Amino acid sequence: MASLRRVTMGLVCGLLAAAATAAPVAYVVEDYRIAAPLTATPGDAVRGEEIATTRALGNCLTCHVLPGDYEFPGTTGPTLVGVARRLDAGQLRLRLVDPKQINPYTMMPAYFRTTGLYRVAPEYVGKPILSAQQVEDVLAYLLTLR
Amino acid sequence: MRTALFAVSAVVAVLRLPAAVAADAAEDWGPYALEDGRRSGYTYAASETRAMQDDEFENSGYIWVEKGAELWDEADGSVGQACSDCHGDAPESMRGVGARYPVFAPEREKLINLEQRINQCRTERMGAEPWTWESEPLLAMTTYVRHQSQGMPVSPVIDGPAAPFFETGKAFYEKRRGQLDLACVHCHEMNAGNMLRAQRLSQGMSNGFPTYRLKWQTIGSLHRRIRGCNEDVRAETYAPGSDEYVNLELYLAWRARGLPVETPAVRN
Repeated sequence: MASLRRVTMGLVCGLLAAAATAAPVAYVVEDYRIAAPLTATPGDAVRGEEIATTRALGNCLTCHVLPGDYEFPGTTGPTLVGVARRLDAGQLRLRLVDPKQINPYTMMPAYFRTTGLYRVAPEYVGKPILSAQQVEDVLAYLLTLR
Repeated sequence: MRTALFAVSAVVAVLRLPAAVAADAAEDWGPYALEDGRRSGYTYAASETRAMQDDEFENSGYIWVEKGAELWDEADGSVGQACSDCHGDAPESMRGVGARYPVFAPEREKLINLEQRINQCRTERMGAEPWTWESEPLLAMTTYVRHQSQGMPVSPVIDGPAAPFFETGKAFYEKRRGQLDLACVHCHEMNAGNMLRAQRLSQGMSNGFPTYRLKWQTIGSLHRRIRGCNEDVRAETYAPGSDEYVNLELYLAWRARGLPVETPAVRN
């Protein structure tokens, strides 16, 4: 169904040699999911947990409760304990890439979108919050939260 | 199915409410909480922080009140006059001023806030150099003047010529910005009381500024605080004293209407 299917172009911004390697990553949103991985390299759950709990990276902990010994989790978002029992990989991938496609009023930032933003600080212009690989890493970690 | 969904959301709503209500019921916040649910940042602060604010000897903000009082009587500029030469005793002449500002200034055809009014006096009446934003003397004088309204309800005028500026400030408050794509409303209206990591989100009320912030280890202006928020969402900031922030300041004053001026407040 055309209305449920949308192809969106995101940008991969590698940290190194970005200009040489930056290539659009096309993903398909269908049935409120991005079924296909953004990268060829499978996500790494260990790296994903680090990204999710590091302030300068994913910083999930600022808004969400995560399992484990993390102190002072945020409470503005739903808990992520057991999130993989509630949502599948495709649903979670869309929520990381661009949650506003599910709920336009959500507080949650789009971690892999660089368009439709207003007054982004110069050092962040054109850069998604996470790279495609980092999104896959966080996703791999979230899928362990059963 | 629809009824079931409503039932679920009603249960969720009920489940979410009691915690907040219980926390509120435990404390009588007096003038710091209004019947319509608006609350000063005082009510979100830790008890030690509130105790610090309430004790004039513990509240470091009073250092700036005292500096301001000294500057009030100090002649400066080519005219050789002090604030007191025109305005007399600040506790009398400045009472209520800090509760009203920012106001529409006909000569500028836009709003003017307290810092700017102080500097306008310096440049146009005293023949003195304007104090730079966030400088010690400007913070001291602003704190001193606003302190004269301590306990008075915030009462800005938002109609008449101020109306379009108020609307601009409101639009700023509601506009998503920065790489994190967040508007002021997302934290300070939709999530006040919730935790952002270890920090409890307040309603973002401006009635305590200039505020002694423990994180800063100094007193700071409202515009400095707004800039910090803008930086946190990775947005391009505006300069302190910019029209954008002064317009937002009027909207924030309206949000805090009826709450007491606390200057100098103490916050995390």
